[in-house]
Amino acid sequence: MLEMIISSSVQVVVVILVVLFGCAYSTWLERKVLGHLQHRMGPTFAGPFGLLQPVSDGLKLIFKEDIVPDSVERLTYTLAPIVSFVPALLTFAVIPYSAEFSFFGLEFKGVISDLNIGVLWVFAVTSLGVYGIILAGWSSGSKYSLMGGLRSSAQMISYELSYGLSIVGVIIFANTFSMTELVAKQASDSILFFENWYILKQPLGFLLYLTCAIAETNRAPFDLPEAESELVGGYHTEYSSMRFSTFFIGEYANMLAVACVGATIFLGGWNGPFFLSFVPAVVWFLIKVFLFMFFYIWLRATFPRFRYDQLMRFGWLVLFPLAILNILVTGLFVLL
Amino acid sequence: MTGYLAVLIFLLVGTGIVLFTFFLSRLIRPFNTYPEKSINYECAEDPIGTSWFQFNNRFYIFALIFVIFDVEVIFLFPWAVAYGQLGLYALVEMVIFILILFFGLYYAWKKGVLKWV
Repeated sequence: MLEMIISSSVQVVVVILVVLFGCAYSTWLERKVLGHLQHRMGPTFAGPFGLLQPVSDGLKLIFKEDIVPDSVERLTYTLAPIVSFVPALLTFAVIPYSAEFSFFGLEFKGVISDLNIGVLWVFAVTSLGVYGIILAGWSSGSKYSLMGGLRSSAQMISYELSYGLSIVGVIIFANTFSMTELVAKQASDSILFFENWYILKQPLGFLLYLTCAIAETNRAPFDLPEAESELVGGYHTEYSSMRFSTFFIGEYANMLAVACVGATIFLGGWNGPFFLSFVPAVVWFLIKVFLFMFFYIWLRATFPRFRYDQLMRFGWLVLFPLAILNILVTGLFVLL
Repeated sequence: MTGYLAVLIFLLVGTGIVLFTFFLSRLIRPFNTYPEKSINYECAEDPIGTSWFQFNNRFYIFALIFVIFDVEVIFLFPWAVAYGQLGLYALVEMVIFILILFFGLYYAWKKGVLKWV
């Protein structure tokens, strides 16, 4: 029991540190890739290739004064960043990142907790993030914040339906909610390494997942909550210093989380080609996550922002019926 | 249950890290407040009225529709996980269930509730 607690504590701390590091360097990656896509250099001054830029940004934010306007509701105002950050982090508790391995005599399972309701856990925890945003918008006592919070929550709950439904097709094939079993099913009896990946059995489901995941994380082209040209900063207009950066890190943690979940469910998780089996499994996982992140940044550089009515119509009248259709067709296909 | 213990540790460590960074920045950041600074941001104007204003009630309608269809999703998940053992009967039942709910969505659409202008 004690050994179990020690090994999972070590794993928890390492995973959280890796996630925070990943969030920091996602900002670097985003600025660098966006820069090059727009024929600029991106950050170059802090360190080689601007690699120390996230460190300097973090230090700057810690040293900033925390300005709290008079009209805020103190309790919810303080709670909101935590409520929006912690759920984003909790998703990583069920994501299998590697095969079983042992390190300094401790046995690690390659996943912090192999819950048998892993997929449900991911969706339950992801949807908690809405509370952080609506609390922030409401408690700030600013008109921009309230508008941003309302928009954001309406958008997130609209796309959450299709987000949840896009996975159901995979569940019909796999008959399990456990993330590790999903990975195992995609690796079993495969001659080539990729022909059992669910992206091939569920192409429409994958596209739906990709679209809804972008909308869920409030990224461009669905970044209306933060539409800086009309709402200043959206729900975090009145936040500064560490509270602001907690929102910011939470947003990137959310992006990483949907990338990890997508890589696990649709792209075979940590499985790589068998003829390159000397490469550690976690490397394959990171490559797949990187592909997702790069795709997000690429989209941001390519598409203009949606209009709000287009966004809602797209969610309810295109994505949602398509997701239902995907489930019914999958159900019929499995029967035949 | 051991799986949930690990999740609990994760929750505690995650919350702890956030609180620790708040505490750290409290130690080293400057404190220099004056009344002008603690006014709400409203593009450099003095804010007019309270910010808890009336907003479009469509947000409520979308929330209501969301609740209905989210319950549908909750029913779909266990159906999907047991689908291998259920067969044709389950598919027909689920088609009927979804059709009833889609009729509701069609009704809302025809009523103009889903239009945002």
